[in-house]
Amino acid sequence: MKTLSRVTLYTLMTIMSFVFLFPLVFMVISSLKPDAQLLHDTTSLRAFIPTGSISFKNYSGVFTRIPFFTFLFNSLLVSLITVVLGLFVNSSIAFAIARMKWKGKNFVMAIILATLILPFEVIAIPLLYICAKIPSISFTGGFHLTHGIFNSYQIQILPFIANAISIFLFVQFFKTLPKDLDEAARVDGASWFLIYRKIAMPLAGPAIGTVAILTFLPMWNSYLWPVMTIQDERYRPIMIGLQYFYTNFQTSWGQIMAYLSLLTIPVVILFLSMQRFFVTSIATSGVKG
Amino acid sequence: MNPKRRLSLAVVFATVGLIVPAAGVAQAAPAAITMWTHNGGNAAELADVNLTVKDFNASQSKYKVIVKAFPQASYNDAVAAAAASNNLPCIVDSDAPNIPAWVYAGYLSPLTLPASLTKPFVPAVKGIINGKLYSIGTYNAAVGLFTTKTILAELGLRTPTIANPWTLAEFNDAMSKAKASGKFDYALELGNNNTGEWWPYFYSPFLQSFGGDLINRAGYKTAEGSLNGKAAVAWGNWWQGLFANGLSPKNETADQHNNGFVTGKFAFAWDGAWDGPNFLKKYGTDLAILPPPNLGTHPVIGGGSWEWAITRTCSSSAGANAWLAYAIQTKYLIKFANDLGNMPVTPAAAAASPFFGPGKPFAPLQDFSAQLVTLRPPTPAYPILAKVFENAARAIKDGGDVQNTLDGAVDTINTVLKSNNFYKTKK
Amino acid sequence: MIALTEISKKRKKINFKDNKIGWLFALPAVILLLFFTVLPIALSLTLGFTNAQLLETSNPKFVGTQNFKSLLGMSEFTLHASRNADGSVAKDEHGKPVFPQVRSLTRPDSPYVHLRGMQEIYRFGENDKSGTVHVILARDPTFWRSMTNTLFFALVVVPLQGGLGLLLALLVHQKLKGRNIFRTIYFIPTLTSMVVVSLLWQFLLQQNGMINRAIHLVIPGYINIDWLGNTHTSMYAIIGLSIWQAVGYHMIIWLGGLQTIPEELYEAARTDGANKWQEFRYVTWPGLRHTLVFVLITITIAALGLFTQINVLTQGGPLNSTSTLVYQTFSRGYQEQQIGAASSISFIFFILVLIISLLQRILTRKADQ
Repeated sequence: MKTLSRVTLYTLMTIMSFVFLFPLVFMVISSLKPDAQLLHDTTSLRAFIPTGSISFKNYSGVFTRIPFFTFLFNSLLVSLITVVLGLFVNSSIAFAIARMKWKGKNFVMAIILATLILPFEVIAIPLLYICAKIPSISFTGGFHLTHGIFNSYQIQILPFIANAISIFLFVQFFKTLPKDLDEAARVDGASWFLIYRKIAMPLAGPAIGTVAILTFLPMWNSYLWPVMTIQDERYRPIMIGLQYFYTNFQTSWGQIMAYLSLLTIPVVILFLSMQRFFVTSIATSGVKG
Repeated sequence: MNPKRRLSLAVVFATVGLIVPAAGVAQAAPAAITMWTHNGGNAAELADVNLTVKDFNASQSKYKVIVKAFPQASYNDAVAAAAASNNLPCIVDSDAPNIPAWVYAGYLSPLTLPASLTKPFVPAVKGIINGKLYSIGTYNAAVGLFTTKTILAELGLRTPTIANPWTLAEFNDAMSKAKASGKFDYALELGNNNTGEWWPYFYSPFLQSFGGDLINRAGYKTAEGSLNGKAAVAWGNWWQGLFANGLSPKNETADQHNNGFVTGKFAFAWDGAWDGPNFLKKYGTDLAILPPPNLGTHPVIGGGSWEWAITRTCSSSAGANAWLAYAIQTKYLIKFANDLGNMPVTPAAAAASPFFGPGKPFAPLQDFSAQLVTLRPPTPAYPILAKVFENAARAIKDGGDVQNTLDGAVDTINTVLKSNNFYKTKK
Repeated sequence: MIALTEISKKRKKINFKDNKIGWLFALPAVILLLFFTVLPIALSLTLGFTNAQLLETSNPKFVGTQNFKSLLGMSEFTLHASRNADGSVAKDEHGKPVFPQVRSLTRPDSPYVHLRGMQEIYRFGENDKSGTVHVILARDPTFWRSMTNTLFFALVVVPLQGGLGLLLALLVHQKLKGRNIFRTIYFIPTLTSMVVVSLLWQFLLQQNGMINRAIHLVIPGYINIDWLGNTHTSMYAIIGLSIWQAVGYHMIIWLGGLQTIPEELYEAARTDGANKWQEFRYVTWPGLRHTLVFVLITITIAALGLFTQINVLTQGGPLNSTSTLVYQTFSRGYQEQQIGAASSISFIFFILVLIISLLQRILTRKADQ
């Protein structure tokens, strides 16, 4: 009886694994096929089998067609800086909200939650108008003051550092820490800053993991905002690279599949290498109310 | 550069109210002219653009053109965003129908090229608004109905010509025969898996051939009667029938679009000149390039390709014009046409083309372009016309009520026209 | 006693000082949020009352509630059947009254000014005898369709994705060897960009695609469905791939909740002779209440913001069957370049989500107590 139910469970879990993996298998297998065969194979289950003329030509095509490593570097840089800055900025406001009493706190929290409502696509254009007005100094063609901070890393980072979901998760987490912890410390004369740095943050490992991955993924996948603000190839992130394979209504599907694999695989590897940490950290953070 | 330092420094300057004037070009340093082009990922075309720039920069010392390439798929979005944020460069290339909207919004200044240089260019690649030339293209494109002589013979079809194109009845008959022959999956490959500008460029000529249009071109003040009149409804019914009767797939797959005609699964392909070389490779002299049918009034194809323009904010407009004058030399026009399989834009360039010009394989396409083009409506409202047309044509394809769909499209367009005061009073 | 008052004095002092230090902690985030989120939102909501265009930001005009009237405008009209020469109601061959075309009322030459530019969205109450029918007309049927699609998507996805996530979590919560591998596999789609997911599923779902082939193997007589091209299936196809992508994330969240339930409670339940279902009903489910709140809110907000899949796969079609509010905002603002009109949809969307979130909060708070 026990083994029977165990067999059922494993069967079920394996079937589910197929469900979650088959599109990705299709992607990787397709990246090895020439365009015409790739498209023809999509009409049958051959799409999942590496048959026909298999090669890495699409990958070499990708590397000659676009500056892949520049894009990869840009995306990693932008995503990681945003993650790190976001961890500081969002945890500190969350700490203030969860642990301190101050005037305007509830109002601030209400505003933060309200910012969750509109998805980025909706505010992208107004944000563009605003960013066009940010003064900045340009050193190209002489020293002068200009408007707009386009074509830079900072335009890709600044708007996404403070994030309502991150704040929300940190608040939830900090609320679960026992109150006595900082009250005792306060009585001992410790400053709030010390409590944040020495007590709250060291305990916040799981929340940090969650927020890190939740910040990293959308940054890695960001597309619309860079299209609007980055005109210089040197600063373009990796998702924009995808557009290079559609030219004059002629789409290089093999190279697209290779590129999709290339932009998915690093994230999966990153996740796998930190798998234990992420799965447990997301699992134990915040959501206990 | 440290992003934070750059920003905070800027904030300090801003608050102090210190205004640092843009440093003029004092010494011999050439003035930088930034150019945007849609050729990212398209190595052959970008190489030709870069060549003109390299040669131009070497040919003189006053100006230095700097190329920034964008992937075509997001180029229009990038340019719209840049325009909206006053962030345009000196030289831009643009898909032709966007030019009037940009002129209207005050982003472009007229070109100052000598008329002798631009005179030989085919009209389809010249953006003339209110009598002034705002843009010019270094290559052209055209659409034709591709099939093979064998198919025409097997189906017993007359070979149409520009002077004597297929009528609506003949076209429908050809499609039905192709379908009924049982030799093909479908009769007609239309490329409806594409989105955006493809739709007005490829399909609004059918509407115009029926006698309808995206907007009433007398004044550009209403779409009533043009997009929902009798002719437009006739177009809609015919268009819907292509898919309802299984002559063309309702939702083409990428496989069908890329390989459908060359693998013989489609008898006809309504496709652009750029796919011609592919077809020629497969079918050789058997390839037949037919003119569009006359569906009511006259046979029509769309016109206009990518064109160069110069922005009003350009600080060295003289230099930008100098580059453009340089880039439209015949030797470059030949490269733009030949390296990319594009249509040449002047007779001199055509003479050197392996594909285009009298007696060459794609000569018919050039004739279509010279004789059958109806440009997409040159109005600042074009972006909305294009999107509304795409939405309506999709809805009709998907089985929507023709009259209601077109009425709705007209209402949307007219609401926008009205709320913009018919694009009358501006700059 | 003295010590206690000392402490409470100290506490008062602390609380007093918290005002400054609290704001100090909050300041970086507050400034960034104000500038990069609150200000754009405010601007977006304001632009809804103007005729702003993407390409001419310099002089948008204030137009009051005109955009909202064009979006929300609705009318009811009683349509009278055509009459024969003798004044009797004209009937077709089935004996049904023949009604004049609605467009005769809605075109610019209509005598009914308030109906001009409207479209029929529904008719009811047809009366054969008197030859009348009630017709509901709307100024912007696409908007209303997008609204119902958005709500429908959320209504289906929230329970389905939440529920499937829970089932998966229960599955990989079993003490089985290799469960971490399965957890990881189920989470991988979440790591994949929605753009990537959409491109892949486009091939899988096409009419002669792999999913239809696979169904063929199981059901030989099956006629291929064009999943994304059919008005009856398109939204379900979108729902399917959306859940496929995101369910792993909520599995992990549920798993977190499951791990907080002490093992002793299960043991106690078992000694009381509870079966598996009773264990779930009386131990697991109550222990997951807080997780439920989080899952509910995050899925709801994400579901109401449905956009990327639509933009890549269907552009709202076929026949608006997958159009959503956010897609319409984007399409009208960016592609049609009518920022003012698009922003009025944002405004309505904002209010809608606000109401739904508040309702959810009230309901879940009730459940909490």
